[in-house]
Amino acid sequence: MKKLVSLMLVLSMVAALLAGCGNKTAANNGAEAGTEGAANAEGTEDAAGGSAATGEGFRIGGIGPLTGGAAVYGIAVKNGAQLAVDEINAAGGINGTPIVFTFEDDEHDPEKAVNAYNTLKDWNMQLLMGTVTSGPCLAVAEETMNDNMFMLTPSGTAVECVQYDNAFRVCFSDPNQGGKSAEYIGTNKIASKVAVIYDSSDVYSSGIYAEFAKTAPEYGIEIVAAEAFTADNKTDFTIQLQKAKDGGAELVFLPIYYQEAALILSQANSMGFAPMFFGCDGLDGILSVEDFDPALAEGVMLLTPLVADENDKTRAFVAAYEEAYGETPIQFAANAYDAMYIIKAALEQSGVSAQMSASEICDLLKTAMTEVTVSGITGEMTWTADGEVNKEPKAVKIVDGAYTAM
Amino acid sequence: MKRERIAKSTRSTWITLGIVVVAYVIMQILGQAGMLTSLVKGLLVPLCTYAIMAISLNLTVGILGELSLGHAGFMCVGAFSSAFFSLCMKETMAAGPRFFTALLIGIGAAALSGLLIGIPVLRLRGDYLAIVTLAFGEIIKNLVNVLYVGRDQEGFHFSMKDSIALGLGEDGKVLINGAQGITGTPKDSNFTVAVVLLLITLIVVLNLIHSRSGRAIMAIRDNRIAAESVGINITRYKLLAFSISAGLAGMAGVLYAHNLSTLAAQPKNFGYNMSIMILVYVVLGGIGNIRGSMIAAVILTLLPELLRELQDYRMLIYSIVLIVMMLFNWSPKAKEWREKYSLRRLVSKIAAKEEA
Repeated sequence: MKKLVSLMLVLSMVAALLAGCGNKTAANNGAEAGTEGAANAEGTEDAAGGSAATGEGFRIGGIGPLTGGAAVYGIAVKNGAQLAVDEINAAGGINGTPIVFTFEDDEHDPEKAVNAYNTLKDWNMQLLMGTVTSGPCLAVAEETMNDNMFMLTPSGTAVECVQYDNAFRVCFSDPNQGGKSAEYIGTNKIASKVAVIYDSSDVYSSGIYAEFAKTAPEYGIEIVAAEAFTADNKTDFTIQLQKAKDGGAELVFLPIYYQEAALILSQANSMGFAPMFFGCDGLDGILSVEDFDPALAEGVMLLTPLVADENDKTRAFVAAYEEAYGETPIQFAANAYDAMYIIKAALEQSGVSAQMSASEICDLLKTAMTEVTVSGITGEMTWTADGEVNKEPKAVKIVDGAYTAM
Repeated sequence: MKRERIAKSTRSTWITLGIVVVAYVIMQILGQAGMLTSLVKGLLVPLCTYAIMAISLNLTVGILGELSLGHAGFMCVGAFSSAFFSLCMKETMAAGPRFFTALLIGIGAAALSGLLIGIPVLRLRGDYLAIVTLAFGEIIKNLVNVLYVGRDQEGFHFSMKDSIALGLGEDGKVLINGAQGITGTPKDSNFTVAVVLLLITLIVVLNLIHSRSGRAIMAIRDNRIAAESVGINITRYKLLAFSISAGLAGMAGVLYAHNLSTLAAQPKNFGYNMSIMILVYVVLGGIGNIRGSMIAAVILTLLPELLRELQDYRMLIYSIVLIVMMLFNWSPKAKEWREKYSLRRLVSKIAAKEEA
């Protein structure tokens, strides 16, 4: 009994240490990102206490996972937003007022996200750019609604994320993507027999699947196999692929993230199953997966907010991001980058000053958001009062290892 | 001699309860004076939740002497059953009675699952409970992740496939939405409720330990054969302690669920990691030491949040602090050192000097 206890504790210690190590690499990435964050953290000391805003600039907070399994997304958002903030500040800020940006870790846990939100409130945050993932976003949305704090989530895709009037989003909602995918496949007559492989333990994935399955019959699409996997067993997909093959699927719809999609593509290849593959924005990033042969992704179609080679703006963003952080930006970074410019546009539209309280800013921004049109790197965007964004999804096909518009 | 010992344990109980009450009063005064940061205010309920979890697990590990590696699973059962009830009754019941009923449902569901697991497993000798609870925790987590429940005018609809398979009518509403879990639970938990529940937990556990049943339970832990030979019904007492422990974990789950508007079973909150985390609270605070596990839970929940200033290094520092605390508490050398320089010894030394 005692031995077992000590064994378990040793294991947990090792786990804790490993978590610490993972964090250290994240820290290194962050260190490259510049000393801005550290400087901000030091600035929090004197600002804590009173609720009146200080005159140093607009205090924008960000929340997302910087540690743990979803850290990739949080770090991308942090970097993308930081890039935009640096650019905006270098260009003279918002009507001459600079942005002060700080980012808190939520470990992809709703409870920790609320803690992060409260920490940012203690820092006198005036606007929230977050949160990155859907689950924590739902919990934080409840808090921002109570505080009347403006929030713009770059990538919280669950419908309820923007259920209150103070919340807006940059990305598409899950049902929106599911519906659009079915519409695209159906109207362009890409395939009529479709298999779906999705992550039933993931809100994003099951949300898209649910809407896709609902919309598919309207466009004459027959779902021959709908196979789920969970976060606990996402390494072997041969069973799901076999069922898709047996069902005679011409196309496999993958409303999942790129890490699992990369495995699916290579496993399909090794079992000699070569249907068409179609994915959503989660697939963006598949070309830069380590130990993955990009040739396998040839012909994969996906809906993505960011097409790197689309125009000068996107090329400039990708180049700046690569120079600053040494990696190719994923769509999370693009959404966060746009989020900052959206906040800038809305703040300029409403004419608020940095001296206003969070609640006053929120009231003004609620109307300003519905009035602005932002032409960002993820497209031309407008908003409705319900918080949803209007923009066209871009369908691309991977040809010769690069996105090509379809 | 015997009387003195009982008096000592009673005193210890009052001290433990006193700590909680004093902490509550201080926090309330600070809160009224506006001296609490939003972060601390937001942490008050989670602190109580994890303290209850630690106490509840200590009953199993420290008093009963069995290992439970799936305690977060019981928390999950309590959280989901109560949140489901609260969401159903959101419009029809007032907040007070609704939360009270949700609490009873959460405790009942968790205690029942504890009982069901305990009936076959607690008859065995050895570490079988650890293995079975470990599996239980993971099963529950995965089960609620594929559970879809909806309601329309015809009644409830269940599915294990997806929300479309529910076949809801026009006015239908999905209550439990698979991986997304339950969204929109009313926020009924507050610090006062949490402290009351913590006090109830302490009273239940401490009184159980010092009761006839408690002595029987500890006798089983210390020497099963001797306990059996004096006619103690081993299975009965083991089941008693384990279901109470599970029920209390369910209570913590109710508190957790009603503090956040969203509830989803993730590895982070109801998985294996969480169970181990609670075991860490118990071991750090002292196996069998109720007050210690409560304090350890509070410190270890507070620490990562207070270390936020360190940005990216905080989890690294946190794990180092964890190791240092463990060594300080349990290494024989550190124990020796502590005894040598303990406060009590210092006080008695001064007293002895003054007398001389």
